[in-house]
Formats: sequence, C-alpha cells, structure tokens
Amino acid sequence: MRFRYFWNGIILENPVLILMIGLCPTLATSISARDALGMGIAASFVLIFSNIFVSAIRKIVPENIRIPVFIIIISTFVTIVDYILQAYQPDMYKVLGVFVPLIVVNCIILGRAEAFAYHHGIFDSFLDGLGKSIGFTLVIFIMGAIREILAQGTFFGVKIMPEAFINNSLLFMIFPPGGFLLIGILKAIVNKLFLNR
Amino acid sequence: MNISPAKVFFASFLVQNILLMRYIGLCPFFGVSTRISTSFGMGLAVIFVMLLATLITYPIYHFFLLPLNLEFLRTASFILVIASLVQFVEMFLKKSYRQLYNALGIYLPLITTNCAILGTTFLVIDYRFHLLNTIIFAFGTGLGFMLVIILFAAIREKLDYAPISNSFKGYPIAFIAASLVSLAFLGFANLFGASL
Repeated sequence: MRFRYFWNGIILENPVLILMIGLCPTLATSISARDALGMGIAASFVLIFSNIFVSAIRKIVPENIRIPVFIIIISTFVTIVDYILQAYQPDMYKVLGVFVPLIVVNCIILGRAEAFAYHHGIFDSFLDGLGKSIGFTLVIFIMGAIREILAQGTFFGVKIMPEAFINNSLLFMIFPPGGFLLIGILKAIVNKLFLNR
Repeated sequence: MNISPAKVFFASFLVQNILLMRYIGLCPFFGVSTRISTSFGMGLAVIFVMLLATLITYPIYHFFLLPLNLEFLRTASFILVIASLVQFVEMFLKKSYRQLYNALGIYLPLITTNCAILGTTFLVIDYRFHLLNTIIFAFGTGLGFMLVIILFAAIREKLDYAPISNSFKGYPIAFIAASLVSLAFLGFANLFGASL
C-alpha cells in the first residue's frame, strides 16, 4: 500500500511531464545522455536526503519558520553535491555550471518538503523522494539521449549512427530550440497516453 | 573579467537571453505569460528585484564571504538574504508607496525564490564582473526577461483562438511556440561580438 508513494512519482505524478515543475534543469542539462544522468543523480541525491531530514525534524520545527528551515536543509545538501562534482567530475561540472547551485530553488524539492515530507513519516518520505527522483531522472535522461543521438549520432559518447547520418545530423537539437521542441512533443504524447486528451 | 559594458548589456539582453538561451526562470515564464498585462507587471518586478538582489549579494560575497574563506556558504546565504530582502521591500512598498505596491505587489512573493534571480547573482560571480558590469548585467538580464515574456504572452493570446488538437493544447503548443521564438533568438548570435 505504501509503495504507491513510490510508483506515483514515476508516471502518474511525474514532476516534469505531469506536474510541469523543475523545467529549467530538465531543458538546460539534457544536451547529452551523460550530462543529463549526472544532473538527474545530483538532484535525486538532494531530493531524497532533504525529504528524509525534513521528515525527521518535522515535529520540532514550528510552522511559522518551516520554509527557511527547509531552505537551509536543502542548500546544505546542494553545497555537498556542488563540491563533490567539482572535485570528482570537473568536466561535467563545467557543463552543468550554474545549474548545480540552482538545484536549491528547484520547485520539485521544496515542493515535496512542504507538501509531503512535513506531514509524513521518514520511510514514506524516503519512498516519495525516491519515486519523484526516478521520475525526474527518467525524463531528463530520455531527453538527453534523444538530443545526443539526433544532434551528434552518439550515445554516451559512442557512435551508434551511420556516418551519413552524423554528417547531416539535426544539430539544432543540441541548442535551446531543440530542447523546447522535444519537451513539447513528449508532453503531447504523455497527454494522449496517460491523461486521455 | 574585463569586458566592455556595452558587450555585457547586449549579451545579457539578447545574445544569451536568460529565458530562451540559458533556460533559467522557465516556471514563471510558462505560468504567468498568458496575458500581456500580467507579463508586463511581472517583467517590471523581475527587473526591480534582480537589480536589488545583485546589489546586495555582490558586497556580501566580495567583502564578507571571500575574505573569510566562506565561499561554500554562497548558496545558503544568497537565498536567505534574497528571500528576506524581498519580504522587507514588500512591507516597505505596502506602507509607503501604495501605487507601486498595487502594480508589483502580487508578483514579488512569486519571484522571491525564482531561479532567474538567484541564477543571475551566481552568474555575475562566476563571470568575475566588477560592480559596473554587475549592475549592467542584472539590468540587461531583467530587460531580456521582460521582452521575451511580453512577446510570448502576445503569441499565447493568439494561440487561445487557434484550432489545436486536444493533446497539444496548453503546455505542448506553448513549448513549441517557445522553440520557434528561441530559434529566432539564435539569429542574434555574435551580435556586436557580444558573448560571455
């Protein structure tokens, strides 16, 4: 029964394609499969741990100051991720750039702290964070993979398309217009399949 | 970084437009840009808060965090400072400048934790701008936000009357329209050699 908190986040309450929040990192960092996965994992780490911590201290945090407390907790984990990426994945950090510290204002994370973790137990909050994280990472990874394949003919840097395609690839997919176009089409597909519109 | 203020202005205003080229601040962009009048108010509020936020975080970083080796507190301190600053400004406007509050008031809480504001304060530090360039970058970015959000609201007002298949109504067609607008902005690449 409790596992519905987990499954909800992946499709029915997918943060990006159903709830339409957290769009900036989804569009900006999905230029290749590897960078998209890196961003997904970084945001997932922050979301899961902030959910657990907010839930753990929910009984001693007065209601009036809960938002600043959430922000402090979230920004602590964001700073940890920021420095880990800078130290161990400097190339990826250069690509993700300002979007790593901007995880702190990602609406998904503050939204889950406020709407879920503040009212539920630690284990439920963990499941909720995990489900939403997988939902977010899945969308950003699919977009990154499609954009990398169409623009460069590679997947995780490995050539998978014939030479003729690479020479005439859809280079604009890697630029902002391609990102907007792709998420528009994905959202229309989701509308058709899951929302019966 | 030593770069001429004019280049900074055109880079932040058009060439590397915050919404269409950098993808920062998209949530309010798609949420608010349904009417031209609300977009105009939102744009003014963003310019105002962006200037205020960069003006207060710049000295905090350069005269407080940097000398004390506390750079790792950047994320936490900036967001708290900006959030409380906007609260103060809102209270002050409500008390002293009623007219201005009626025009901007409802947008101020919306943009407190908007990634466009926080992103700009991070960017001016990552680019190592001096104070004049910082102010120009903040103003140009805010102006770029306002231009795009108004342009886009005009498109969306027309979209309301267009015959669109059901699965594309709402967000999907807005994304595709944004894609076309941003394709046009790609044409500004290298305008006056402005790029950061």
